[in-house]
Amino acid sequence: MKVKPEELNTVVVTDCGSTTTKALLFQRTDQGWRQTSRGEAPTTVEKPVADVTVGALNAFQEIQEVSQRQILSENQSSVHPFHVSQSDLSRGIDLYLSTSSAGGGLQMMVTGVVDQITTESAERAALGAGAIVLEALSADDPRADHEKIERIRHLRPDIVLLAGGVDGGSTIHVTEAAEILLAAAPRPRFGDTLQLPVIFAGNKDAAGEVEEILRDFAQVSVVENVRPQLDRENLGPAREAIHEFFLTHVMSHSPGYDKLLKWSPVPIMPTPAAVGDMVVHFAQSEKVQVLCADIGGATTDVFSVFRNDQGEDVFNRTVSANLGMSYSVANVLIESGTENIARWLPYELNHAELRDRLRNKMIRPTSIPQTKEDLWLEQAVCREALRLSLDHHRSLAVGLSGAQKQSGIADIFSQSENRYELVNRKTLDVVIGSGGVLSHAPHRLQAALMMVDGFALEGVTQVTVDSIFMMPHLGVLSSVYPAAAAEIFQHDCIVNICHAVCPVYRGRISPGTPIAKISFEGQELGVIKAGSVQLFEVPQSSRGVLRVEPLHRNVDVGCGVNEVLERSVVSGLYGFLGDGRNRPIELDADSRTQCERQQRVFEELGF
Amino acid sequence: MQKRALTPALETSFSSSVERLRELPVPGEVLVKPGDKVSADTIVARASLQGELYILRLPERMGLEAFEVMAGIKVSEGDVVQEGDILCQHAGLFGLLKTVSRSPAEGTIEFIAERTGHLGLRLAAKELTLEAFFDGVVAEVHEGKGLTLKTQGALIQGIFGVGGEARGELCALSVKRDELIQASALPNDIEGKIVYGGSAPDSEVLKAAAEKGAKGFICGSIDDRVLAHYLGYDLGIALTGDEEVPMTVIITEGFGRLAFSERAEAVLSRLSGQTASITGKTQVRAGAVRPEIIIPHEFAEKASEDHQEKLTTRGGLEVGASIRIIRVPYFGKKATVLDLPHAEAVIETGAKTRILTARLEDGTEVTVPRANVELLAEG
Repeated sequence: MKVKPEELNTVVVTDCGSTTTKALLFQRTDQGWRQTSRGEAPTTVEKPVADVTVGALNAFQEIQEVSQRQILSENQSSVHPFHVSQSDLSRGIDLYLSTSSAGGGLQMMVTGVVDQITTESAERAALGAGAIVLEALSADDPRADHEKIERIRHLRPDIVLLAGGVDGGSTIHVTEAAEILLAAAPRPRFGDTLQLPVIFAGNKDAAGEVEEILRDFAQVSVVENVRPQLDRENLGPAREAIHEFFLTHVMSHSPGYDKLLKWSPVPIMPTPAAVGDMVVHFAQSEKVQVLCADIGGATTDVFSVFRNDQGEDVFNRTVSANLGMSYSVANVLIESGTENIARWLPYELNHAELRDRLRNKMIRPTSIPQTKEDLWLEQAVCREALRLSLDHHRSLAVGLSGAQKQSGIADIFSQSENRYELVNRKTLDVVIGSGGVLSHAPHRLQAALMMVDGFALEGVTQVTVDSIFMMPHLGVLSSVYPAAAAEIFQHDCIVNICHAVCPVYRGRISPGTPIAKISFEGQELGVIKAGSVQLFEVPQSSRGVLRVEPLHRNVDVGCGVNEVLERSVVSGLYGFLGDGRNRPIELDADSRTQCERQQRVFEELGF
Repeated sequence: MQKRALTPALETSFSSSVERLRELPVPGEVLVKPGDKVSADTIVARASLQGELYILRLPERMGLEAFEVMAGIKVSEGDVVQEGDILCQHAGLFGLLKTVSRSPAEGTIEFIAERTGHLGLRLAAKELTLEAFFDGVVAEVHEGKGLTLKTQGALIQGIFGVGGEARGELCALSVKRDELIQASALPNDIEGKIVYGGSAPDSEVLKAAAEKGAKGFICGSIDDRVLAHYLGYDLGIALTGDEEVPMTVIITEGFGRLAFSERAEAVLSRLSGQTASITGKTQVRAGAVRPEIIIPHEFAEKASEDHQEKLTTRGGLEVGASIRIIRVPYFGKKATVLDLPHAEAVIETGAKTRILTARLEDGTEVTVPRANVELLAEG
């Protein structure tokens, strides 16, 4: 197979998910790189098939039938099943790539010394590498040793990341963490007879001692400290070590992956890591700050790239492992509360009925809404899941500021206040929504409104969805051919729905009062009124300058109180969505009045 | 390529050939061999669970520095110690202020960390045993891991349950299928029994049944708040079976007020008084596990082979199939499939999806998304 960008014309990429294996065909066309065909098949990691390649081959078959292009070889004895393109470019492929989250994805446990310092850095390294963090344990955790041991004992992590201590600091707490790990002796998820993979990325002075403690129990890999200094993170080496263990210890022991790994000259990536790479490439190439949420049945992943106080792009990923639209729908109910879900409904629903309906979705997760009322309920849950998962993301996506003086362990424990939140909704340029409830919403504006409400967007933000969850495929393609991935991303992946224009203001402004004037290319489109939502439509894909002018001295449209905002934009499917409901979104305590408010919003947008 | 729709089905069968994997949570020893007849309480496998490791922080316990602890350590790695044995003794100033640290339990010294002065004490291993769970014959042994057990009998799958494995005599409640269960419907002599019937018990009913010693409670539905009250917390995901509850609860239909399954009631009524093995274990994600009621019985022997054939060749969703609708506006209703159009259709929400038309029991013809039906599998 070929890997040089200039040699590539046809690439097949799969994402082997927990339930579905999705194959996409990417081709160089006269118009540039495009996604041309897709094929799907149930993932076959679990019994009775227990071989991931069976599902992948089924997906390739579907691509062959849909595209009428031969991509599979008739020669069954080859290392891989593909017909590799030679002189006849109408047949075969040049390269095969894959991502994987089958079998629950990559599951990790991390430890550190101080919760908001080294443990958090370890958590960021694991999440950035595409893992689900089962447990993040700190030396300053108030639980007794036996409680920590009891908690860890029942986990089945694929990999443990042991961090803690800055280089040159005390080693005692990080060696204690190794002792606790030894005491708990969690077994790896795959291969009962294998030693647990442990990555040590803490105080370099403690590495020898940690290796000594764990020598009979774990396979220890020592890499550079994730937090060599209090004001500096170094997540790259730990992330690489995680990917190495992912391939050698997790993938290679999953059913059929020994074969799949040989089909591609490029390592298989964990699905969320590939999505993260695509988000980073997009943010860097377009010079934008991005927030991306993938809301699935069981979990919600949030990715972001925001600039820190040094002007550098900082990538973050979090997984809200218990917030989702089907398996975890009852967790959203528990975490948000019945009232918070009901407030988004344009009709009144008895709270007991609401809870029972969501519980029934929990036990029959593949069912779909048939009535509009039922659809509104699912979309209400989505708003709350987005809100909660963004709260979680904000707590972990932090910048580190200021040089620190380290004189003792007491100082280390007290230096957590030097973190600042990176997520800034006023400077956020683009939001990308992914997952069935957003990508397959019957009306694209419904998806946009769910994100406007759930993320409580402020200022001007371009609102998009990933049309068919193509970002994992493009993420792994970008590791080989970034320009092709970027081209497909813009043309076939994201759907530009609209720009949300959300002025915020201090104090109270009477409903109906004009708060901002909105113009596009010098033409006035109208005014945004306090308390209401309005749509200002312009022809799709119009390129021009959006001007938003505050009409009240307390109003901030995204660049400071009473300041005019001007930005070059390309209009989406529905132009501009003006939202005058202030932030946090004003809600009425009376359920009937609140319900009527929601009705007006839905009517205005034509739902 | 024509992909086959995966329509979920819950089994309710009077005569079935039931095969279940019985697995140890950790590698161990299987105590039976293929062909062995076992009863539900036979111990079929056992394993040794490694004892806990205590980390003894001697410097903290003794108020000493690590090097002082190491100077006075009295044990070596691998030593077996009894509770009260001296681990470390420090002479103190001029030998006057002796400090001693003793072992808190019997165990083996697993490590001594010289730099920290910490000591690891491994307690003795514990034995873990696995029962057969239901009467049957060992079909296959998976060395070191477990076995496959086979029986002939009734099998009923619920939609959701809480609580682990339990066994007891089946006892019918004197309520109609769609009737709310009142505490007064509970007989007095239900200790050790599994009661069934009716719909939506309240918290008082569950409490009373548990207090009377019932081992299991099977009904049509449960209210979300009643479940939370029974468990003592709100359940976030449908991953159950390990709850510490006095009585296993299984529902056949869902949450809210829904009538007890007609067919489940018919099967259980024929076997009332027999011993049932039940488990509330539910796992909705990949490789779905639903709660089960298994009742081995002598009448099943003959019918099972035919039934097995029927199960394996069951054609899935087809015209004439009996289905249950699992989403509003027809939630809980049973119907017969009339048509399965190939093309996608636009439904009320505006979504485009594959649908079917069906006739409800009252004769009404309805259109529903295919994703919103379950096959009614019966035997």
